[in-house]
Amino acid sequence: MERLIDLLLDYNVRNIALGSAVLGIISGALGCFAVLRRQALVGESVAHAALPGIVLAFMLLSTRAPLVLMLGAALAGWLAMLSVIAIVRLTRIKDDSAFALLLSVFFGGGLVLLTIVQKSGAASQAGLDTYLFGQAAALISEDVITMSSLGIVILTVLLLFWKEFKLLSFDRAFGGSQGFPMLALDILLTALVVMATVVGLKAVGVVLMSAMLVAPAAAARQWTDRLGLMVVLAGLFGALAGVTGAFISTLERGLSTGPAIVVCISLLAVFSLLFAPNRGLLRERLQAHQNRRRLRADLRTLQEPEV
Amino acid sequence: MMSVRPAVIDVTDLTVAYREQPVLWDIDFTVPSGVLLAIVGPNGAGKTTLIKAILGLVKPAAGNVLIAGKSYREQRRLVGYVPQRGSVDWDFPTSVLDVVMMGRYGALGWIKRPGKAERKLAREALEKVGMHDFAGRQISQLSGGQQQRVFLARALVQDAEIYFMDEPFQGVDATTERAIVALLRDLRERGKTVVVVHHDLSTVIDYFNWVTLLNVRRIAHGPVAEAFTPHNLALAYGGHVAFVPQLSQQGAA
Repeated sequence: MERLIDLLLDYNVRNIALGSAVLGIISGALGCFAVLRRQALVGESVAHAALPGIVLAFMLLSTRAPLVLMLGAALAGWLAMLSVIAIVRLTRIKDDSAFALLLSVFFGGGLVLLTIVQKSGAASQAGLDTYLFGQAAALISEDVITMSSLGIVILTVLLLFWKEFKLLSFDRAFGGSQGFPMLALDILLTALVVMATVVGLKAVGVVLMSAMLVAPAAAARQWTDRLGLMVVLAGLFGALAGVTGAFISTLERGLSTGPAIVVCISLLAVFSLLFAPNRGLLRERLQAHQNRRRLRADLRTLQEPEV
Repeated sequence: MMSVRPAVIDVTDLTVAYREQPVLWDIDFTVPSGVLLAIVGPNGAGKTTLIKAILGLVKPAAGNVLIAGKSYREQRRLVGYVPQRGSVDWDFPTSVLDVVMMGRYGALGWIKRPGKAERKLAREALEKVGMHDFAGRQISQLSGGQQQRVFLARALVQDAEIYFMDEPFQGVDATTERAIVALLRDLRERGKTVVVVHHDLSTVIDYFNWVTLLNVRRIAHGPVAEAFTPHNLALAYGGHVAFVPQLSQQGAA
């Protein structure tokens, strides 16, 4: 208990908590759109593809400024996305294969670059490998400020174009018939998903970041039938898992934050899938059971010989 | 052409191709205002593509479309659209009223949110299609026919002059079919023009007064009595129509 209070007063701990909360809110909120538009693979690919961008940005500019590394990550992620689109358009390779291909190529390239940097022995490279599995403990106030600023931009754009994004996600053709530039909106929303992915990379890591997009959204969908509430809930779930996971990882030396956060959000998602009041599996099973019993009872009444 | 009333839809030389395969070839037709037009033709004839090309959702390889004398971009406020019911995810987390209000988004413009006025319009439209009790429902709880009526209500709140409907009768129950027919009549009485992609040849004569027979090319187009002939139907549906020879005839005609 005493340890917990010490933790909460600690300056580092405040950074960790704030950073994890911000990343949880952003990835949860944007993840809803990624999931509803069946773009979960986008997050997965962008996150993995970000690694070479981070390392290259560090190699070329010899800085670990969070904004620079995030920019490198976003550029690499975006390049991977464009390559996927080009491959699907120009060849007969389907999009799932294209995603898998690009994800592996970029991630592999990133690992190679990372090894080169480590071999070169630059003293300041030490922080880079935390981008693999995330290290919330490595968050400094500069990270948190960058994450929060990007988060505010992302959420503001999301709120501003809420109606348009909803239209895009539900019925693109109808939106187009009303004169909205759906391709531009698609690019904007995808860019927001890419930004949301990039914001969490230092804390969660490139390997597990996509879980932070998918799991809070999947959990939130179980509890509500309204898009607005789903986005708010996903943000809350993401923040809760982010903060809890970050603290768990600080309690044990050498425990990466990404896995801890992902375990937390997965527990939340599994609980929601099983026990949510309307869409939960348990409720569905129960209802199916009751229906069968009622049908059987009806059948017996029908089959009773008439006197 | 011969029509007395002004043309509200004027399509010339419209050609659409996916990759190398032409889906629509050199389509010309004009639709006078106030008609109920059925577009019929076999599967893959390009019916949906024709509507999408008119609405600017599919980029044509060639050709031109005018709505009441101007481009679609300038006239989109005059147009209402009912896409195919199966084209959206009905498990999307939203309510019936919300979906219907989407019909006002174009008039609202960027950023502005729907409010009281939009809710009122949406409720009135739901009333018209007999769905007023469902306003608060989650859309995944609707039957196919109910989904279709929600889409129709959404087009009604667009308060358009010209309606494009893609297979509204597809897989609906008898109640919904009656509701759609009543709605079509109502729209016609109010002087609106309605273009419907239709697949049930047996109801064309009852429900519509104009028809377009389509099979990549325009086979026939005009008032039902003139265009909906066995000869034209055989041309549209019968046998495998060789494509290239027809091409030169079309050019000469």
